[in-house]
Amino acid sequence: MTAIVLAIDELKVALPAWSDRMFAVGGVSLDIRQKEILCIVGESGSGKSMMGKAILGLLPAPHVRAVGGRIMFEGRDLLALSDDEMRSIRGGRIAMIFQEPMTALNPLMKVGQQIEEVLEIHTSMTPPQRRERVLALIRDVHLPEPERMVASYPHQLSGGQRQRVVIAMALALEPALIIADEPTTALDVTTQAQILHLIKELQRAHGTAVLFITHDFGVVAEIADRVAVMRHGEIVEQGPATQVLGAPQADYTKALVAAVPGLKPRLQELDADSNVLLRVTNLEKTYRTSSGLFGGTVREVHAAKKISLELKRESSLALVGESGSGKSTLARCIIGLESVDSGLIEIDGERISGRTRAELRPFRKHVQMVFQDPYASLNPRQRIGDIIALGPMLNGVSREQAIGEARELLRLVGLKPDAVDRYPHEFSGGQRQRIGIARALAVKPKLIVADEPVSALDVSVQKQVLELLNDLRKSFGLSMLFITHDLRVAATVCEEIAIMQRGEIVERGATAEIFAAPSHPYTRSLFDAVPGREWISSLGPS
Amino acid sequence: MKTFWSRFLGNPRVYLGLIWLGLLLAVAIAANVLAPTDPFAIVGKPMAAPGGEFWLGTDSLGRNVLAGLIHGSRATLLIAVLATLFAVAFGTFIGAVAGYHGGLIDNVLMRFTEFFQTIPSFLFAIVLIAVLSPSALNLVVAIATVSWPPIARVVRGEVLTVKSREFVQAAVVAGQGDAAILIKQVLPNTLSPLIVTGSLLIATAILVESALSFLGLGAPNLMSWGFMIGAGRSFMREAWWLVTVPGVAILLTVLAINLVGEGLNDALNPRLADL
Repeated sequence: MTAIVLAIDELKVALPAWSDRMFAVGGVSLDIRQKEILCIVGESGSGKSMMGKAILGLLPAPHVRAVGGRIMFEGRDLLALSDDEMRSIRGGRIAMIFQEPMTALNPLMKVGQQIEEVLEIHTSMTPPQRRERVLALIRDVHLPEPERMVASYPHQLSGGQRQRVVIAMALALEPALIIADEPTTALDVTTQAQILHLIKELQRAHGTAVLFITHDFGVVAEIADRVAVMRHGEIVEQGPATQVLGAPQADYTKALVAAVPGLKPRLQELDADSNVLLRVTNLEKTYRTSSGLFGGTVREVHAAKKISLELKRESSLALVGESGSGKSTLARCIIGLESVDSGLIEIDGERISGRTRAELRPFRKHVQMVFQDPYASLNPRQRIGDIIALGPMLNGVSREQAIGEARELLRLVGLKPDAVDRYPHEFSGGQRQRIGIARALAVKPKLIVADEPVSALDVSVQKQVLELLNDLRKSFGLSMLFITHDLRVAATVCEEIAIMQRGEIVERGATAEIFAAPSHPYTRSLFDAVPGREWISSLGPS
Repeated sequence: MKTFWSRFLGNPRVYLGLIWLGLLLAVAIAANVLAPTDPFAIVGKPMAAPGGEFWLGTDSLGRNVLAGLIHGSRATLLIAVLATLFAVAFGTFIGAVAGYHGGLIDNVLMRFTEFFQTIPSFLFAIVLIAVLSPSALNLVVAIATVSWPPIARVVRGEVLTVKSREFVQAAVVAGQGDAAILIKQVLPNTLSPLIVTGSLLIATAILVESALSFLGLGAPNLMSWGFMIGAGRSFMREAWWLVTVPGVAILLTVLAINLVGEGLNDALNPRLADL
């Protein structure tokens, strides 16, 4: 058994008095050993991030503070250290990798300088030695053209490159422990796979211990040596990765594993002869940004290039792609939030593209949208009843009747009908998304466009919302256009998939066929990048 | 999570401000009962010191200072509150339309706003009064004219951020018209910074009104605090109370409004208050 790097003993982190529970972390004991990756998995609010922050003394004091226990690191209790002593450990012996690489880097400083700064503060290297070390680090994290990289500013790099720079900074002083808090959550799935691979490779090469905080069991399967599952500030289960993932003991872990969307493709259920509801022909959309009042250089982004697709009645199509692929733009054009440059969008044979907002109004009730962010998609100053009843009332339904229908819809989506009198802030993220679905259904649309409706939700809630969408789709006879970056989610919900890359649909077909034999290289790379693919496939039918 | 009211009223500074403002409001409403005689009437010998027959003494013409103070509170508050209401209404309209429509309309309206912002506001108010002739209504117009630009800027900024939220897009998708979206969906969500800026604007309006009256540009037949200071300024050495009493009244009122305004800000933006 290898030596213990960090020992957390009965750590307690108190929350401010007005919170819904006393402790963010309530008596957690954990050991992190040399040369291992320990994954802390938990849903939002489980206290996993607070624990990571407590180790580095980064808790948002004075409201949140460690009130009990010890964190032993190299013979000292981190909770008892002075600010100065803590500062030399932070960055030096323990390094941190954050979720959002853009905010972790100083936008006004060249990347090379930022890495060099770490060395300047913590070591007595001479400037030429430092420059040499920076270049070596950049090579270590496999960034192309190291000389050009050190002279770049963060905004000139892609998200994945930025995260590599952050990792290089973390490694600069050969720390004994790296804490990575959701380091790949903000990245695209193919970039995520590369970064996970990099972290694992560097961890093996340098013999560093890594505390990896994540909510995604796929990532855990990809990277973890040991796993600790957290819930409500307590550890419900910990053990070797193979054991926790393969044969979970605690009921909570079992439920979480069961909620992971499988890679089992959904089968074609609809009759081949049902007619087309939505037809998009040669749609083009280009964004132009002119810089300033006097024209100057114009930047063009081709968000959609000659896109054609059709969606049959009562069927569902998933648009899968990474950020910047144009999938959201396409959705916004179909829903009429964006105007198209050229091309045709027809619903039920009626042209809806090229109409003004006023002309579009009669068609609004046929197409509705479920939005991504459940916290931004409900007006915080309106009651739930008014939010849901808005659409029907604009279509001439009386208020009493619309509110009555809203109560019925709330019951259908699994909420209490008296929620009509309450405000959005009284509901959790998953409940709000149910309200968003009820709002979309209120005008009895033919087509629902769902833009990443579950990507902001925890995995267990995600599963419930997906099941709800599925049930409602059948009972209402709806068609659905489902936008997602996650192939796993697409497979569970949709019979057909269209893969988008840089504004084009590169592959399209029945989910089962694409899953059996992806033909386009980009599709194949998306499949390869699904975190924990082998483990998910081993789960069997859910 | 504490509610707005418990955060607002749990703040001792807010209490102090509210007590003074409540007192002032009561005095202003009951002015005719508390001081039934005309504040311009000569009631005793000139320059009587405070504490005698008249609590706060008399001025150079033998007018009761206390009666002036009581009736002055009415004029000062009325003009300041009305001017603020007009400024908020106009500023909100300009800011909301500019922020919601964007593009050319935004550009034109914001250049218009900047035109008003670049003129030194107090000089502008003096010019307006000089052109319009001094009267209570013209004071309101002048003060409102010089104070709406900051409101327009605040509202425009808020509308810009609220406009991009998904619930606004949801209203577009539901088929709500532009005016209805702006009024029912967007504006209610810009209220908190508007309330804070508006409440602080009352304090500025009181100061501008007092300064104008001090210069003799106030309403001629209206007793106001600024007018009292202006009338008493040449007797400062012989009769200190003539400038001190209304001066302290202005100071306390502006302070109270600022306390309440900051309390509103802390209560409406709890995260900022923690920093």
